[in-house]
Amino acid sequence: MLRYLVRRLLLLIPILFGVSLLIFFWIRALPGGPAESLLGERATPQLVEEYRHRYGLDRPVYVQYWAYLKTTLSGDLGVSIADRRRVTYDIRQRFPATVELAIAAMVLAISVGVPLGFVAAKRHGGFFDNFSLVFSLIGISIPIFFLAIILKYIFAIRLGWLPSVGRESITSNAEHPTNFYILDAIIERDWAALGDTIKHLILPAIALGSIPLAIIMRITRASVLDVQNEDYVRTARAKGLPPATVDRRHVFRNALLPVTTIIGLQTGLLLSGAVLTETVFAFPGMGSWLRDAIFNRDYPVLQGGILFLAIVFVLVNLIVDVSYAFINPRIRYS
Amino acid sequence: MSVAEIEAQELGLDQSTGGLWHDALRRLIRNPVAILGGILVLTFVTMAIFAPLLAHGGPKDQNLILIAGGCCPGPSHAHWLGVDQLGRDVYTRILYGARFSLLIGIVSVTIGLSIGVILGSIAGYLGGAVDSVIMRCMDVMLAIPGLLFAIGIVAMLGPGLYQIMIAVGVVNIPIFARLLRGSILSQRENDFVLAARAVGVRRPTILFSHILPNAISPVIVAGTLAMATAIIDVAGLGFLGLGPQDPATPEWGTMLSDVNDYLQTAPWLAIMPGIAIVLSVLGFNLIGDGLREALDPKLRGRTGRFRQQSMFWFVGSGRRKAASGA
Repeated sequence: MLRYLVRRLLLLIPILFGVSLLIFFWIRALPGGPAESLLGERATPQLVEEYRHRYGLDRPVYVQYWAYLKTTLSGDLGVSIADRRRVTYDIRQRFPATVELAIAAMVLAISVGVPLGFVAAKRHGGFFDNFSLVFSLIGISIPIFFLAIILKYIFAIRLGWLPSVGRESITSNAEHPTNFYILDAIIERDWAALGDTIKHLILPAIALGSIPLAIIMRITRASVLDVQNEDYVRTARAKGLPPATVDRRHVFRNALLPVTTIIGLQTGLLLSGAVLTETVFAFPGMGSWLRDAIFNRDYPVLQGGILFLAIVFVLVNLIVDVSYAFINPRIRYS
Repeated sequence: MSVAEIEAQELGLDQSTGGLWHDALRRLIRNPVAILGGILVLTFVTMAIFAPLLAHGGPKDQNLILIAGGCCPGPSHAHWLGVDQLGRDVYTRILYGARFSLLIGIVSVTIGLSIGVILGSIAGYLGGAVDSVIMRCMDVMLAIPGLLFAIGIVAMLGPGLYQIMIAVGVVNIPIFARLLRGSILSQRENDFVLAARAVGVRRPTILFSHILPNAISPVIVAGTLAMATAIIDVAGLGFLGLGPQDPATPEWGTMLSDVNDYLQTAPWLAIMPGIAIVLSVLGFNLIGDGLREALDPKLRGRTGRFRQQSMFWFVGSGRRKAASGA
């Protein structure tokens, strides 16, 4: 297990090296050249000169790459062109919002998708099964931003049940020590703020969770159908266990294994989907931040944000792979 | 003539199956879900091709008199799906939008598929260091979430129709490359390849007539499903404002983002292009699923009827060969 973990960690190095190279050359390919595009309109000749010197832009490419790597590894992702704040500062503000949204979407997708898929498989071929298949196909075919607009129109604009923009009400004056608003509200024992935050999360979470929900449902259904025909399930039935116990102990537990891998694979989809969902709901997370960055040609933000999210994505996949080894006793990584 | 042959003849089962593709097509047209998908896609393609004939005027034609009374008049006899905030016929714009979506989908999937298939075949066939280098590069591309990668490419190339085609195509490359490589690797170890090699079939023949036809079917399935995702991704980029910079271009995603402000008064302006996206994407998803079932050799014996039929065919042809030999 430890050897597997170490090997996986070592495999991360070439990938992260590749990502840094990709982004390094991406900066060089930006319109207007690296110094000008990363400094934006405040690019006075002196600043450009200073920047060129710092990143060694007048020296060979490998020296430039080394300089880029050194500054990035020291945690310096540059300064935003639009608001002149450090990119790392904005990431600290906005990343918790996206994490909160992604977790809410995933909780929704799992808590609805797994039971639906299970029931569909139990009634294989019946009305509910067919209905759930149609439902999941439509779920996969609806663009996130369209679903988000529909939800916003029905529940926020027409019915007025839920707020349509932001993470909390404008009138809210809750304290945010960690920037994870739900966590903050619990720490501060501010229950009104907790309710407010959850209300703001519901619609974006449904929109973002729709595709993972459909996929998780399909996988659960297929997996339960598969496991049901296994020898050990037949054995369990044959020895006279009540059907509910067979389902709980033998079918359900084994059927969940493929579902856990799928959950890991959804991370990239969630991060991509967050850009669209956050745009519709003006949710102040990484996604809407990057979207604004495109329009302001805020290349330092794009560069830092994409690099940061790529690292998060790679790490989450690693964690999922490793935890899979823990969950599935049949897999022993050697 | 044997009893089995007479039986087969009476049942009309003695027709040649004509190989993998013919079989697949037959399975496909027996699948009602795939047929529904086919109808949706056909409608979509017809809309795209015959847009000028079906439309009421051009997609950029404005009639400001229509919106003189405020935004926006709903569906009427003259304007089936209503009029948008600039006095343009929504029905016409959706028809022309189908052209863009179809074009973008085909071009971006072709970019991703052709480059991905070439890289994947090289990696799978040559193996060794070449394989490692290509696949590590693909891993790096996959390490950046799809839409962000596409956004990065558009930031580099500038917004626009061709740019988002390229962006979505490039994002698809590693997916196809991985798929074909894995597929070729698993086919290479198959018994039928071993059998072909054992009877002395030459290596290029093995690759082209044994490995590739079997390895390509997952790529075709993935290609169809990729059309669906490409339409969604392109609409997403259009929605973010990275699409065609001429605001009059009737691209579905761009149409959706333009009307965000009119949601309260004219929700159908957002709903109509949205439904167009959902239906065309659904069509490709359904066909993709149908193709997956039709092309998967493991699912061949899935329906009882078909299993019986193929068994009969096998018995019949065997006997016929024996008889002609004798």
